[in-house]
This record gives sequence, structure tokens and C-alpha cells, in this order.
Amino acid sequence: MPNAGADVRPGGTPAGILQRESWGEWLDRHSRTFFIAPAVVLILIFAIFPTFYSIVFALSRVRFTGEGLKFRLVWFQNFAKQFLGNDQVHFLGKVGAMSWVGTLFFAAVIVAMVWWLYRCTRVTSWVGMIGRLISAAMAIFVAWIIGGTLLSGNPIGTLLTTLFYVVVGCALQFVIGTGLAFLCSQPISGKNFFRVIFFIPLMITPLGVGYAMKMVADITKGPFQPLFGAATVDAWVWSADPWAARIVMMICDSWQWIPFIFITMLAALENVPRDHVEAAQVDGASGIQIFKEIVWPQIVPVAVTVLLIRMIEAFKIVDLPNIMTGGGPGSSTESMTLHSMYIWRANDVGTSAAVAYLLLLLTVVTCASFFNYVVLGQLRRARV
Amino acid sequence: MSKATFRLDKADRSLMQRLFEPPAVGKMSPVASLLAYALLAAWSLVVLFPIYWVVITSFKDAAAVNQGPFYVPFLDFEPTLDAWRAQFTSDPYCDVPSIARQIGLLAYNSFAFIVSPVVTLQPMEPQICKIFLAFTNSIVVSIAATGICVAVGAMAAYALARIQYQPKIGNVAIFVGLIVLIIIATSYAGVPWWLASSIALALFFFLARTLGRRFVLSLGNGDILFWIISQRILPPIVVVIPIYIMFQEVRLLDTHLALILVYAVANLPIVVWLMRDFFVSLPIELEESAQLDGASRFRIFWEVVLPLTRPGLAATTLLTLILNWNEYLFAVFLAYAKVQTMPIMVAAKNAGEKGVLWWEMSAVIVIMIIPVILMAILLTRFISKGVLMGAVKG
Repeated sequence: MPNAGADVRPGGTPAGILQRESWGEWLDRHSRTFFIAPAVVLILIFAIFPTFYSIVFALSRVRFTGEGLKFRLVWFQNFAKQFLGNDQVHFLGKVGAMSWVGTLFFAAVIVAMVWWLYRCTRVTSWVGMIGRLISAAMAIFVAWIIGGTLLSGNPIGTLLTTLFYVVVGCALQFVIGTGLAFLCSQPISGKNFFRVIFFIPLMITPLGVGYAMKMVADITKGPFQPLFGAATVDAWVWSADPWAARIVMMICDSWQWIPFIFITMLAALENVPRDHVEAAQVDGASGIQIFKEIVWPQIVPVAVTVLLIRMIEAFKIVDLPNIMTGGGPGSSTESMTLHSMYIWRANDVGTSAAVAYLLLLLTVVTCASFFNYVVLGQLRRARV
Repeated sequence: MSKATFRLDKADRSLMQRLFEPPAVGKMSPVASLLAYALLAAWSLVVLFPIYWVVITSFKDAAAVNQGPFYVPFLDFEPTLDAWRAQFTSDPYCDVPSIARQIGLLAYNSFAFIVSPVVTLQPMEPQICKIFLAFTNSIVVSIAATGICVAVGAMAAYALARIQYQPKIGNVAIFVGLIVLIIIATSYAGVPWWLASSIALALFFFLARTLGRRFVLSLGNGDILFWIISQRILPPIVVVIPIYIMFQEVRLLDTHLALILVYAVANLPIVVWLMRDFFVSLPIELEESAQLDGASRFRIFWEVVLPLTRPGLAATTLLTLILNWNEYLFAVFLAYAKVQTMPIMVAAKNAGEKGVLWWEMSAVIVIMIIPVILMAILLTRFISKGVLMGAVKG
């Protein structure tokens, strides 16, 4: 049969009679949508919608009644309670009169922030400026809290405890993890054995890690009992001392997460061309010089990315303090997630959601600042 | 240059030089390698000791735990199987026949689930020993969640790597506005949730079809990818309370389905992020030639793309499986009786009426971490091949 010619339409026969398209064709025509729709719908239902819904909880007083939930709008009362009201000691710590060290620290941070903002006015657009203003405002606020509680000898709250786990913990994990990766990237035999061994803690359930560490760190029945017995005078126990408990918590968290840094940094280190290193070795550079001048510049982009990922996860810490100390002594090892969880247990849904939201705010501002001012800068420099 | 080669000559070196300088380029000096081995061995000890301690504690009895630390089995204390036996004897339903019946039912039900309209699902054993129930719950939930997560995530990642999307900013704004309206209507005005959401959905399609044509600004694939990955920043505690209320509303609290869905979404960002990298690195010519041969996109994805990324797919699946197996926070909120998973079961051991029974708890922890350690060792193989590293390198 001769072809009719020009006006062949998709889905029609050459004669122009429209055929019904089959299911397969219809599916294929819309494959664009079907490929991405499940993921988007799932995220919308279980991440985006709850995030918005959570605002309602945070702004209301919620009561469980027979026929469901009853919301009463109280605006920002739940938040104000954390900063000014009776939850202040729990969340911020006991903000009393500032000692001179605290005042000095606070003033130094303000001056540094103002100087930084002043320098930035020349290089960024107004959008960048707003972002920097938010970062600076939060830095000043955190500095005020640190000055008013930690540096003035007052107990600190869950906000600073969380920041302690994140900042100090990540720094420790990064240093040890990179160090181990550097050792493993040296020409030694048995690398794969160490790689497998070092990887294991990352995969163990955080809960299991919590219990294992609780047993190991136990003062009377743990393996270090002789050590504790010799070192302690009048029954000092780490779980009764706020800072000791926090540090134990941080070390146990590091035990679990150092492998993550180790494994990614090892991959980065093995990507550094061997001939660069060997050329420097022939020229007589010392190990430290080689690391500083040749290896480090090549792994910085990966390093900051890994650190960012680790920070994001570190803000979520909950299992370890929950298992090892139950947040105690007092509330000194509580992270913000645990804080929110305990309020939820006390059936105060509104306040619980408010604390969760403050955690979200803290996480987003910290991680976005780190991403914008550190990670992006390093990535750009690496590309040039 | 000549000095360097001179120094590498073996015959002329003093003892100090031999100890502190590398014998050849690309080797380490004896002292340096000794130091490296010492440090690595020390860290291996740090890593292995807590695990060792848990394992030996599970073979102790009450006396061996309480009378101070004992380190070496057979020398310091006599290992017993008491703790392990207690897991099964304390529960009346832990004998072999009832576990066998349960396994049979599980196998039958997983078959029945696939052909579900034809055969009806049998109810599981009403009473079964707790540890076995928790173990099967954990297996069912983590495998199903991983399956959904990897399937959905891989499809989305492929789409983001190969298809151009241009969602209009205006449409996104309309969508967000409607979500806010739903929330206000259901929580403050008392409108039933199903009514509000179906009206909003209809309204969204209507508005997107009519108003949507007029919007000019649109987002790109990079924005969608960033949006999906950034969900990982969201602390789970923010969403878990509304999710609890949502499942309560549809009466799905304490069911497998609830846990499976939530776990799958929690790990979706990781899967999309890792898988997209594999898809981008594939040569596009293969897909183009398949397309010329008339294959549909689904067929290309299934028969060309997926087989090529098999190592990456396996590594991602394993990683997701481990993360799901370990999930704790969502399980605490969403499962309290029937679908308790292993982490919840272990956490419950903490607050017994007899105090903490270390030896029994160690046994449970060992049961919980054995599958994970096996999977982790498998996973290291992929990682040492560099399969998972692409995403971090950016």
C-alpha cells in the first residue's frame, strides 16, 4: 500500500484512522512522570507535609481527646518558653550574670562578626548579605549563651550540649579518622585487614554501641575497674559528673563514627597520584612536608564534604545518651532530639515540636553556613 | 639528584640512616613502618575490645559479671550458655514446633502477599517468643523498606541523570500554599483530612493546568536533586510527631506498613544521591542505541542500565539494609507492641524489673549485630573497590 505522505500523526495510521494507543505506549509516553513521581510523592507525604504540619504543633497547645486532637493556637508561647520562661534552664542553661571572661569572649565574637560582615559587603549580592546576617546573628547568640553559661561557671543546656557533640566530636573524629587513613594509605602490607576491622563500628546499631560502651565504661563491673579503682578518690563516677559524662558520650560516639571519616578519606588519599608523592620523596621532603604541601591540598575538597555530611548526621544524636545515661546526670548529656523526645513522653506535644523545630533551625543554619563559606570555597579553589 | 640516589644505595648507609630513611622510593623506613603498625594495631584493639567484651559477657553468669571484671574465658571464669538459654526458656512459646510453625507461616504469607488476590493471607501465630518475633519483624521491615527505597530511589536517580525536568516555580508555590491550607483547615477548622486533601488535590490539578501555563520561571534537575538530598538534613524528630498523628488518623500505627514506608523515605536521599552518580557515569550511547531500536524507557532502564550498575546497586542496597536494620527513633514512636523491632527489644531490656541483666542483654546484642557485621564485611569489599566513593568526591 502506498504511503499517504506528509500528514502522519503520532498514534494514527498512514490512512489517518486514529487507533487507540495501547497501555504500554501510554505508559511510555508518560515515563518522564512515572520515573520520578514515586520518590517525589513519598517525600512530599512523609517529609514535606510533616515538616509543615509540625509548625501547627509548635504553635499550638495540643490535647488528646476522645474524638482526636484538639489544637489551640498559642502563637509563639512554646518557643518563648524555651528562651525566657521556665524551660530556659533546660534548653539554654542557667544564663546568669556574665563573668569577665564571658564578657570578653562575647565582645570578641561581636567584633569578629561585624568585621566579617563589613568585609563581605564588597563581595556579595544582597541575597548573600542576608544569609551572612543570619549566620552572624546566630553566632552572636551562641556566643552570648556560651559567655553567660559556660564561661561564667553556670550549667549549660541541651543547645550547647548538642553543639558540643557536633563541634568537638566532629573535630576529634576528623583528626583521628584522617590520621588512620593516612597511615593506611602508606605502603604497608595488611591494609585490607585493617580496612575491614576499622569499618565494623560504623555498621553496628548505635543502640548496641550504647550498651556495649555502658558495659565497658561501667565503674564497678567493667574491664577498667582496676584503673578506676586506683584513680578515684571517694567514689568519683563519670556518670555523676556532667562534663565527664558528656566527654564519655562524645568519645563513644566517635568510636562509632571515626570509620566513616576513615573510609572516605582513605579513598581520597588513594586517589592522590603516587608519582607526585614519590617525586617529593626523591627530592628529600620529609613525611610532614609531603603531607602538608602535596597530599593535603588534593584532599581538601573531599575532606570538607565528608565533614559536612558528618555534621549533618551528628546533629541527630539520640541513641547513645538515651541508653548510656538516660540524659543524666540531670539533663547534662541530653541532646536536643532527646530533649524533645522526653517532652513528648510527658505528653506536651506542642513544646516537643517547638524544640524539634529549634533543632531544625540550628542544623540548617550551621550546615548551610559551613557549606556556603567553607565547602563551596574549597570546591571552587579545587576547580581553578 | 645524585645525592638522592647516593643515599638510596644500601652499602654506604649508617645505622641511623638505615633505621630512619626509606630503603627505596615508595617504601617506608623501618622505624616509620614500625610506628605505623603500632598505631594501627592500637586502634584495632580500641575497635575490637568493646565487641570482644560484649561477646564474652554473653557467656558469663550473674556471679562472673557481678564479682568484678574477668577478661579471659576458661582462665578467669567458666563460660556458660545460661544467658543464651534464658532468651528461649523465659518465654513459653519459644519451643521448636511453634517457631517452625511461625517460619512456615512467614514463608507462606510472603508467597501469598505476591499473589494476594488469589490466596488470602493467614494470620500469624498470636503468641510467639518475643526475641523471635522481634527478629522476624526486623527482617521483614528492613528488607521490604530497602526494596521499596532502592526501587523508587534508583528510578528517581536515573530520571534525574537522564531526563530534563522543568517544574514551574509558580506550580510549586501553589502546591505549598495548598498544603498550608489543608493543615489549617484540618487542625483549626475541624475539616476531615480526606475531604481537605482530595479538594486540595483537585484544586492543584485545576490551577496547574490553567494558571500554570502563564508561569515563566522554572527549576532544573539540579534543584530537584538538591531538594531530595537536603531531606537528609531534616532531623527525624521534627517529622516523627506529625507522622505519628497521620498514622493514628488512618489507623496504621504499630503495623509493618507504617514502619516500612517511613524507613524507606528516611533513606531515599542516600539512595538517590549514590545511584545518580552511577547513572551519570554510564556512557549514554548504549541507551541511545537501545532507544533507536525502539525500546521503551522502562525497558532501557530494566535491561540496559540496571545490569550495568549492578555493583553500585548491590553496595547501595547493602548500605540501606544496614541503616534500616539499625533504625531506632522511628520505631520508638511508631511501634510499641506487635511490630517491635530488634533495637526496641534491646532497649526494653534496659528497664527490666530485675535491674539490668548484662549477660542476657549481651546475648541479645550479639544476636542483633551478627547479621550487620556480616553485611558490613561484604560492604567493605565494595568500598575498597571504590564503588561508593564517587558520590563523596562530588
